[in-house]
Amino acid sequence: MSGNIYIYMLVMALVTYLIRMIPFTFIRGRIKSRTLRSFLYYVPYVTLGAMTVPAVFYATNSPVSAAAGFLTALFLSYKNKSLLTVAAGACIAVFLVELIPGVAVF
Amino acid sequence: MKSASRFQIWKKGARHGIPVALGYFAVSFAFGIQAAGIGISTVQAALLSLLNLTSAGQLASLDIIAAGGSYLTLALQQFVVNIRYMLMSASLSQNVEPSLSTGKRMTIAYGLSDEVFALSALYPKPLDPLYTYGIISVAVPGWTVGTLLGAAMGQILPARIVSALGLAIYGMFLAIIIPDAKKSRTVMAAVLAAMAGSIALRYCPGLNLIPSNYRLIVVTLAVGFVMALIAPVPEEEEKEETA
Repeated sequence: MSGNIYIYMLVMALVTYLIRMIPFTFIRGRIKSRTLRSFLYYVPYVTLGAMTVPAVFYATNSPVSAAAGFLTALFLSYKNKSLLTVAAGACIAVFLVELIPGVAVF
Repeated sequence: MKSASRFQIWKKGARHGIPVALGYFAVSFAFGIQAAGIGISTVQAALLSLLNLTSAGQLASLDIIAAGGSYLTLALQQFVVNIRYMLMSASLSQNVEPSLSTGKRMTIAYGLSDEVFALSALYPKPLDPLYTYGIISVAVPGWTVGTLLGAAMGQILPARIVSALGLAIYGMFLAIIIPDAKKSRTVMAAVLAAMAGSIALRYCPGLNLIPSNYRLIVVTLAVGFVMALIAPVPEEEEKEETA
């Protein structure tokens, strides 16, 4: 490390903040183009889908336990369970599956 | 509006922030360990997390900081890694009252991580800033304290627990998208296409040459615009409140 850590921190915080702030602050009201509005409507679903697969299978100590967590979350969310229930259920599934000898290495 | 119901809205956000905070804790704990590894102090690592609130950006920054790279290099790297937030920020601008004040917009913008955006974007329109403040007030401590503990005592939390917490954020993502995908075939198509695109960009020879930082934005632009062209959102559906 040779630069000043505080300047590094401020530089990256500023860049990240401006990216997040500018569109949200300056786009006021409804966008006229229906295509653009439709695109923005799909953005959350597309980003969440793309962020989940395949990254979820690398999120734990073993793809097997991750798959168990993924399937548990799919099942619980299909049943319209709350955010907290789905997240906790997925974590518990990972924990239990990793107790099976040979699934994960610690 | 009565103060009790305003508190209820904040509380709902705070409750939805719990899985976010748990997931953040696992990820930021790992970040704290890595930050300490390149000689960043515990307090500095926590401050960095508090100021940035971005997993991919912060992890990527460690390479440049460790190598003593220039501030400009770091700024450009952060721009590339975090440019997806521009799309999310623009998307969320369609969900708030046009009259929402600049101050409130600038406050919400601080907390617009992937997860805070996702929850806020699917809150019934118009988005109440208090809901997002509620999420932020639970998620940011999770992110910051996770970093602090990871940097201070990386090896203390059992590896089994860290591993299990790794699924929290993805579980939450599914809890957000699956109920809407069940109700709408076009949303289901968008989700499946996004997953397929994401897999293709990661593994297909040729496509996997696209740097990982660009994958999300490539998938979002491609799938988002294709869906917008073949299945434009009907006016009624846009106004419908998805609870």
